[in-house]
Amino acid sequence: MRFSGLRVLREGLTGNKGWSAHWRDAEPKAEYDAIIIGGGGHGLSTAYYLAKEHGLTNIAVLEKGYLGGGNVGRNTTIVRANYFLPGNSEFYSHSLKLWEGLEEELNYNVMHSQRGLINLFHSDGQRDAFARRGNAMINQGDDAVLLDREGVRKHLPYLDFDNARFPIYGGLLHPRGGTARHDAVAWGYARGASDRGVDLIQQCEVTGIDIENGQVRGVQTTRGAIRAKKVGIVVAGRSGQVAAMAGMRLPIESHVLQAFVTEGLKPCIDHVVSFGMGHFYISQSDKGGLVFGGDLDFYASYAARGNLPMAEHVMEAGMALMPMIGKARVLRSWGGIMDMTPDGSPIIDKTETQGLFIDCGWCYGGFKAVPGSGFSFAHLMATGHHQGPAAQYRLDRFRTGKGVMDEEGTGSQHNLH
Amino acid sequence: MRLDCPICGNRDRREFYYQGDAVMLERPAPDAGAAAWDGYLHLRANLAGETRDLWQHEAGCGAWLVVTRNTVTHAIHTVELASAVKEALR
Repeated sequence: MRFSGLRVLREGLTGNKGWSAHWRDAEPKAEYDAIIIGGGGHGLSTAYYLAKEHGLTNIAVLEKGYLGGGNVGRNTTIVRANYFLPGNSEFYSHSLKLWEGLEEELNYNVMHSQRGLINLFHSDGQRDAFARRGNAMINQGDDAVLLDREGVRKHLPYLDFDNARFPIYGGLLHPRGGTARHDAVAWGYARGASDRGVDLIQQCEVTGIDIENGQVRGVQTTRGAIRAKKVGIVVAGRSGQVAAMAGMRLPIESHVLQAFVTEGLKPCIDHVVSFGMGHFYISQSDKGGLVFGGDLDFYASYAARGNLPMAEHVMEAGMALMPMIGKARVLRSWGGIMDMTPDGSPIIDKTETQGLFIDCGWCYGGFKAVPGSGFSFAHLMATGHHQGPAAQYRLDRFRTGKGVMDEEGTGSQHNLH
Repeated sequence: MRLDCPICGNRDRREFYYQGDAVMLERPAPDAGAAAWDGYLHLRANLAGETRDLWQHEAGCGAWLVVTRNTVTHAIHTVELASAVKEALR
């Protein structure tokens, strides 16, 4: 089934009876060439690129809940390529280019909206840091515009420019940054993978990883044993538990990150606005809800809900930045489980077990990486070699100290990112 | 979330700084090797369930605390002075 304007028109006139399911709800087979554990954004994009780029179609995605039911279904949907360090810069640049072609690629409306992202700054020192970041982005071939105070005012007239604590000096505009419809990305990749023969198996929880003589042989699941010579772990916040099944401890702590959505409002916030000093960022969804969030609660958690101090802090920061949102009523909030690494950068690598691969550590920035991560992880799983900049996302960089990628410059230690 | 500081009593989470896994109490010898130091600094069991971690009553008495709590429910089980736990390790 393909989508087109003509098709939408025809179905609309004939009672929408011609639409079919987007993917097959597959039953597990006894053996596959490769298994992906985790049916979220990264797992589904990995499966898609394994099938499309590498011709590996006898593969399965195992998901303990339902497809796209984790962080890809609950996030603040921001897509950007404003990274600074070599490795990160190229990786996210590539991922953004994949985003820009994604709707054509998948024949799926992921509602990618390049509405522009503005990072605000509030001091001379911060201006220098953002000028440097902008130059790094331009060097990478991406776009960045350093705005002064009046430049920001043209875009965001509703901000409190004279806030006593954090007066606005300007902002770094990343015009190609924006948002996308989070669920649609998972669904689009799922459909593309399924169409190419990938089995998407839901309600199938992996309970063990079979390893013999240092080589992975398959997995145990709640729906029986499944054999495979290659297994990829792509389970975000649950990485610690699944890695433990292979006898591994990871350089990861799972933390809770909260986000909030208001009732639907008329269009008022056109960009993605990030207020780093207050740990606050916001955009407006196409339905009209203001979608905003802040920093981690800063304690290890799998509760999928946060505590009130951080909720209060986020609201206070929002009010300090844009008092106009004060009358909007918060409709819901949620807490996601974030796989935090010591240096804040992800991991895409082999493990010490032959045939066992891992893609994790996306911290609170995994959504924008969905295409790039799947592309790179599929390449690694299919060929055994790293693809491009993802070669820097090594599992052993903390042990060796070589290639630590601390984008924020705060130190490579748990609890600093 | 509230923690029962052994010195100050029951206090709001905002008064406490979170350090991380209580593995940090067991510092390896300087020559213990890269694997031991990697385990101490970076690798974490990252359990979903009962964990022991280090907190500091930063905005109170300043004491370092070992907190046993559940990462799935946020229930706090025990709060002990880290100095006492460290002493028991010796």
